[in-house]
Amino acid sequence: MFSEDYIKRYSRHILLPEIGGSGQAKLAQAKVFVVGTGGLGSPAAFYLAAAGIGTLGLIDDDVVDLSNLQRQILHATPDLNQPKVESAKAKLTALNPECNVITHHYRLTAENVLDLIADYDIVVDGTDNFPTRYLINDACVIAKKPMVHGGILRFNGQVMTIKPGEGPCFRCIFREPPPAGAVPTCAEAGVLGAVAGIIGVIQATEVIKLVLGKGDPLVGRILTLDALKLKFRDVKISRNPSCPVCGENPTITQPVEYELPPCELRAN
Amino acid sequence: MREVTAEAKASLDITNDVCPITFVKTKLKLEELEPGEVLEVILKSGEPLANVPRSAKQEGHKILKVEQQGENFRLLIRKGE
Repeated sequence: MFSEDYIKRYSRHILLPEIGGSGQAKLAQAKVFVVGTGGLGSPAAFYLAAAGIGTLGLIDDDVVDLSNLQRQILHATPDLNQPKVESAKAKLTALNPECNVITHHYRLTAENVLDLIADYDIVVDGTDNFPTRYLINDACVIAKKPMVHGGILRFNGQVMTIKPGEGPCFRCIFREPPPAGAVPTCAEAGVLGAVAGIIGVIQATEVIKLVLGKGDPLVGRILTLDALKLKFRDVKISRNPSCPVCGENPTITQPVEYELPPCELRAN
Repeated sequence: MREVTAEAKASLDITNDVCPITFVKTKLKLEELEPGEVLEVILKSGEPLANVPRSAKQEGHKILKVEQQGENFRLLIRKGE
């Protein structure tokens, strides 16, 4: 039934009571859409491919820049100026040739987001800007797709899992994107590369738990990291009945796109 | 002994495997059975004989019999709920 190579590759998973052969088969059936193949998307997609996720969709309109390599571990020095999704695909399929990697080298927009996520079970937020983050939050609520949000800045990070209908969405806590310029981007404020790794790998862990239906995902709570103090905080949050997208009387019923401030266009 | 043999629903030879693949294969085979059904496992002495029955017990299965069979061992495991 299972090949010798399959048994050997996933032996450490199969040994886990929460996974076994049936859980590993669930991972092989799973389709995960990773938005952004940068600081968060790299470690998340790397571990998801290694874990045996059957289909990984990657979307990123960017090309590899020298300033990315301090944290975006799917990309290497010879990949400079290559589309990030292609560089990512090469590493992921080298790691696990069984993983079907589908690449989209363009920007996620209000027009294409619902069509794109329709093919997947779970969405990973590895974006570097608020407009795209709100776009995928809204689209996932509308399409009722689970989404794992991650964010990083300086030595800080946060993770939250959104299960539409079960727990709060991103807008329940942060109703609107901050005004342009109010929150610095990683390009302005800097980010420790290893923090991207910690947060992205937590996102991968959440995806795997959702696929397996095991454990307690970060639904109704937000996990924050202060890497300087090395402290995690786990803050309970509730659904907001007046949330404009998942509340009782939603005003957002279609994906909306916010203006991307010009300075953010090159921020990665 | 003959009755027990007849009782085994499936049989697995892991004499060519090393730990932890020995238990990985045992576990995968047990997943194919229904609770209460019995799996026969042929394994080597030493590490496999020490690890496989212990891991099976930890996962809630019952060891019915361990017996020597030539230079190998024969294990009967009843799948737990």
